[in-house]
Amino acid sequence: MSSVLIKDLTLKYDHLTILDKLNMDIQEGEFLVLLGASGCGKSTLLNCIAGLLDISAGEIHINGKNVTWAEPSERGIGMVFQSYALYPQMTVEGNLTFGLKNAKVPKPEIAKRIAKVAEILQIESLLKRKPAALSGGQRQRVAIGRALVREVKVFLFDEPLSNLDAKLRADLRIELKLLHKRLKSTIIYVTHDQVEAMTLADRIAVMKNGVVQQLDTPNGIFHRPINRFVADFIGSPSMNFFEGELVTLETGQIEFKTAELVFNVSDYEFTNATPVSGKASLGIRPEAVSTGANIPDNFFSCDITVELVEPMGSDTLVWTKLAGQNFRFRMDGKATVANGDKLRIGFNPSSSSMFDAENEDRL
Amino acid sequence: MAQSVRPNTLFRNLNAKIAAMPMIITVLVIFVGCTIWTVVHSFTKSRMLPKLEFVGFDQYERLWGTSRWLISIENLFIYGACSLVLSLVIGFILAALLDQKIRFENTLRSIILFPFALSFVVTGLIWQWILNPDLGIQSVVRDLGWTSFAFDPLYNPDIVIYGVLIAGIWQGSGLIMVLMLAGLRGIDEDIWNASRIDGIPKWKTYLFIVIPMMKPVFVTAIVLITSGIVKVYDLIIAQTGGGPGIASEVPAKYVMDSMFLKQNLGQGFAASTMMLLCVLIIIIPYAYLEFGGRRNGK
Amino acid sequence: MANNPIIPNGPKPKSIFTTRNILLYGTLLIVAIYYILPLYVMIVTSLKGMPEIRLGNIFAPPLEVTFEPWVKAWSTACTGLNCDGLSRGFWNSVQILIPSVFLSIVIASVNGYALVNWKFKGSEIFFAVLLFGAFIPYQVMIYPIVILLREMGLMGSLWGLVLVHTVFGMPILTLLFRNYFSSVPEELFKAARIDGAGFWGIYFHIMLPMAIPIFVVAMILQVTGIWNDFLFGVIYTKPDIYPMTVQLNNIVNSVQGVKEYNVNMAATLLTGLVPLILYFVSGKLFVRGIAAGAVKG
Repeated sequence: MSSVLIKDLTLKYDHLTILDKLNMDIQEGEFLVLLGASGCGKSTLLNCIAGLLDISAGEIHINGKNVTWAEPSERGIGMVFQSYALYPQMTVEGNLTFGLKNAKVPKPEIAKRIAKVAEILQIESLLKRKPAALSGGQRQRVAIGRALVREVKVFLFDEPLSNLDAKLRADLRIELKLLHKRLKSTIIYVTHDQVEAMTLADRIAVMKNGVVQQLDTPNGIFHRPINRFVADFIGSPSMNFFEGELVTLETGQIEFKTAELVFNVSDYEFTNATPVSGKASLGIRPEAVSTGANIPDNFFSCDITVELVEPMGSDTLVWTKLAGQNFRFRMDGKATVANGDKLRIGFNPSSSSMFDAENEDRL
Repeated sequence: MAQSVRPNTLFRNLNAKIAAMPMIITVLVIFVGCTIWTVVHSFTKSRMLPKLEFVGFDQYERLWGTSRWLISIENLFIYGACSLVLSLVIGFILAALLDQKIRFENTLRSIILFPFALSFVVTGLIWQWILNPDLGIQSVVRDLGWTSFAFDPLYNPDIVIYGVLIAGIWQGSGLIMVLMLAGLRGIDEDIWNASRIDGIPKWKTYLFIVIPMMKPVFVTAIVLITSGIVKVYDLIIAQTGGGPGIASEVPAKYVMDSMFLKQNLGQGFAASTMMLLCVLIIIIPYAYLEFGGRRNGK
Repeated sequence: MANNPIIPNGPKPKSIFTTRNILLYGTLLIVAIYYILPLYVMIVTSLKGMPEIRLGNIFAPPLEVTFEPWVKAWSTACTGLNCDGLSRGFWNSVQILIPSVFLSIVIASVNGYALVNWKFKGSEIFFAVLLFGAFIPYQVMIYPIVILLREMGLMGSLWGLVLVHTVFGMPILTLLFRNYFSSVPEELFKAARIDGAGFWGIYFHIMLPMAIPIFVVAMILQVTGIWNDFLFGVIYTKPDIYPMTVQLNNIVNSVQGVKEYNVNMAATLLTGLVPLILYFVSGKLFVRGIAAGAVKG
């Protein structure tokens, strides 16, 4: 059953279109991540779903009800903010109960819910404290708690981990994942952090300029990006691109030719079955490159000179030039390479991603 | 209950609109309504009571033919120009002095600013007493042996406005000093470090680097001072009563006297419209710089 | 500002009596005298008897301290109409002050909150005109307001003056509150809406408790401004409810009788006392108030 349904949602300020005819169908229990650079409209979309912004056109359904014009508190959602947004003059308990008191929930029921949430999030000992006396991680737990006590089926998270330091962020990420498993509620989660998106999401919606570029599983987004923007945006370091031309030979073989290189892409899974030709670009992930002796025969291979080595511990990033253009690839962390070393590298052009040079869509 | 139809925009956030009613009424009735009312009535021959018998620019012609108004305007310009320049210069110098990491900074700032807490009436009466020629500064200096010393601005029509100026500066310069000090404190310490490394003398740094950086503070100070100048009324009433004779009249007093003493409303309306015009001449360029410029520039 | 101690590298300055310091502190001393002297003169004059004033030097401390001028200024000085001193004006001012301060701050704080968090079509325009209103000379609006108050039956009454103070305090106070509330993170407001609080719920439960410091600043601003007002008092009230400033002016500048400078100075001091005490007690908050009102204006 669909939990959150968005139909043709549009948001305009004067003549500026912030969100343009968005459609999304989020299933019950799904963890959906809205991913994009700042200014892409992901937080705006979340605010629209929450009812904090009036939309210009379209409809929003939550749990089968049309809530397009309902008050935020009537929508059956809970929300967690980047800055935690805890009420500074209230204790943790006050923060947790404020919404329930507004909704006139009976006192015994409030006490029951607080106890339950405090237990889940392990904040029992903090209940009488003011937010100023809490650490960043504790504050974010309380903020999550404030959403949980509402006992709703849909939770909205607006970059909840961005204000935390790296270690804490990783810990809370795991906790969030466990929490989702336990509650089985729908979560819409906004972030600009790819790692968060990849690790948490059932599905990711990559956004740009108020438009959803691709809505797919993390795997699908990484391996089959729908256009060049998504391919370039996802992955760190980002994809290596070659500009060239697709040619279908008389033998039936398909080749991708740049000025200097020729890749055989006969085994590439084209989106459209019709034979293709024309200007295109080909992208290779740094992770798809293998080195040394164990390069299969059907791979494209060549010799390169190492220009720069970035050791990252778990793996090593190598910068080089291929046909005069920058090329990055990843090696095992234990590999011993130095600047100036000669290496043989190879990759399978058929498992790359190719995009139309004009509209940048996946071929 | 959840609604599926777009609600009427008029009733959306109704509480906020109700809460803003006092503001809306104030703006529409007082600031817009009353101003327009006065401007319209300045073209009538209202005397004791306002009436809508239009006489074109008669009131303005009479206004600019009245020596009392001309003196008022002259005084306003002298007072305004001097008080603008002096307040800015004194305010800035004091702020710069206080910014030298001195001791007793808080005490000194309190002393310089305290007159600002006093009313113009109190200020006027204090300085009326100090400038009293028979018992005040003049007599003290004469008692010290300088018998020909003369400093009696409140009894000398030629310089009376400067006597008022001394009091005005005393009362208001503290505010400008505080603004300037806040402006100086807002300047990055690195600017000073950079100029020291470059070997630029301190006064040059102030003149060519710091002051240009403080342009917004100066603009604010200028707007504050000038809008205060146009309103000068209480100070005159308390300190000189417009005298000796009509030597220290100001436009605000001219308006008040026309309306409430001489029952010549039309003159009062015309004079107050001229005051409004003065303010507009200052405010419109400021508003343009502050808001129009920002929209186009950045 | 961060407290970065600057560690000097060169040799430590030997003495505090450098030329620079003598010049700097000398100048500051003269400045301090210019500002403080009038207050001193007032105090000593108010403590002298009239014969001593006529003979002596205004700067000289009193030979014989007398509090009689203070007593007279407070309870028996004549304004030309009655002779019960400034005390009447003091209580009038108090009666004007309390409702004016309360009403103006309540309205302005709600305005500021609505302008930041509940923008509606045209709210920005109203605010712009409101700010512009702060610069319109009062003389332009005075007479039509007389007519309005007369129509409402409030002319010459205390409540009429309260209304006038509320209206003319609105621009600066609204600006003050608007600036404060716009510094409150918007997410807090959003969280409260999700929690089901409405316009007044958020105002009373979230915004008001957070804005206590700015309420104090606004109060200082208003108490000083309203206490010091002369113009509105003289126009919109009648003699028996004249505020203190108007009464003071009537006492000192009354043409009848012999000028009693010591009583005049005591009266002047008495009138200035309320804002002065407020100023010295509130200290930094006062500065913050005028700076907040002025800098961002």
